[in-house]
Amino acid sequence: MSERPLTIGVTALNATDNPGPGVAVARALRDHPDFKGRIVGLSYDAMDPGIYARDLCDDLYIIPYPSQGLAALSDRIRQIHEEVALDAIIPNVDAELPSFIRLAEPGGLLEELGIGTFLPSQELLELRSKAQLEALGERTEIATPKTRVLTSVDDLYELGDDELPYPLWIKGVYYGAKLARSVDEARLHYHAMVAQWGLPVIAQASVSGEEIDIVAVGDGEGGMIGAVPMKKTVLTDKGKAWAGITIGDPALLEIARRFFTATRWRGPCEIELLKDKEGVHQLLEVNPRFPAWCYLSAGAGQNLPYAVARLACGLPTPPRRDYTVGTMFVRIAIDQIATLDQLQAITTAGELHYPLSREEPHDEP
Amino acid sequence: MTTPPDDRLRELAISDTGFVFDPYSGATFTVNPSGLVILEALRRRADRDAILDLLHERFDVHGEDLERDLDEFLHLLRHHGLIAEEGAS
Repeated sequence: MSERPLTIGVTALNATDNPGPGVAVARALRDHPDFKGRIVGLSYDAMDPGIYARDLCDDLYIIPYPSQGLAALSDRIRQIHEEVALDAIIPNVDAELPSFIRLAEPGGLLEELGIGTFLPSQELLELRSKAQLEALGERTEIATPKTRVLTSVDDLYELGDDELPYPLWIKGVYYGAKLARSVDEARLHYHAMVAQWGLPVIAQASVSGEEIDIVAVGDGEGGMIGAVPMKKTVLTDKGKAWAGITIGDPALLEIARRFFTATRWRGPCEIELLKDKEGVHQLLEVNPRFPAWCYLSAGAGQNLPYAVARLACGLPTPPRRDYTVGTMFVRIAIDQIATLDQLQAITTAGELHYPLSREEPHDEP
Repeated sequence: MTTPPDDRLRELAISDTGFVFDPYSGATFTVNPSGLVILEALRRRADRDAILDLLHERFDVHGEDLERDLDEFLHLLRHHGLIAEEGAS
């Protein structure tokens, strides 16, 4: 395949102990034999570890946090585009998606600049919010744990009945989950979630079983571009996968297909499931972006980030059918060596371009 | 949709060293040489008596201990959904 080199913007280079997906997305693009272009890292913080991963991004830019508003993001993207001529952006942070969806609307900035994206609509983004989980389950005919949406502390006193007994999960509307064993604990967690994430708060039945996630891409017309299911084999203390393995249960691909058919989802997503003791897959959440472990899709033969980059550029991208069952990932925490030149460039100019000083500084002083 | 145990048993990836990977669940486990013989026999749809004969022949072991060990192993496989309730009887 000899197509023009692509310049792809990738956000979420915060590869911490609770990593953003950007580093995995960039690695997957870099690894694809047909990818000959440039990768432009778009970071919120000068200390995002992905900035200092040599051989990952060609150019790096600091962009404003979503809380700084759409105008600030628009100005920055326009400025970056003038320098590197972006073909597409793959946003990887939940909180930035509404901004990018708005910028990608017809007549919006990204269309004006000719920058492609492959994102769901705002309506779909809201459909998969935690507060809408049961409605999503009904629409897609996928089982969900019993869930109640709490908008007042008084709602807590209606919990603990036969339908939703203790222990149960108290979840923030965007992030975080705490197990409550009594109404007193539930009150504590409720206030903590409201303080951090605002209302509503979600109470969800505690179901035990095996955690299984699917990284998948929908074509926006009800079809599936690809899907790779993974069973978590090692968890961090935050419940994040530190290791996992691709599995071949056809029921999981059927769930992904059902999700795309029912929602006409456009773009990448992570479908989080729990296989309960009866063998029923319960839908816990759908994340509207790539998961941090999406490099596994490249390792297993589907390279979904590369598929999304092509789709965002309007290039033909046939569905991926096969993947290698039994492909594992195991994370590693390594210390990267960085130079003051790098830190200075990203801190003062808000940008960094490799090669700067690609050799690691290890000479004796 | 649940995958029938027969299919799961057939799809197991079993190495010569006794390392077993279940592609449906992602579970891995190891079996000793007699476990390996039992798994291979089950995949050929051998019944309990045939498996006992095979174990007698291959490992020169006899008696109630062998039957008990086989039943325990079959119980484990049932527990993991790899054989049906009446799978080896």
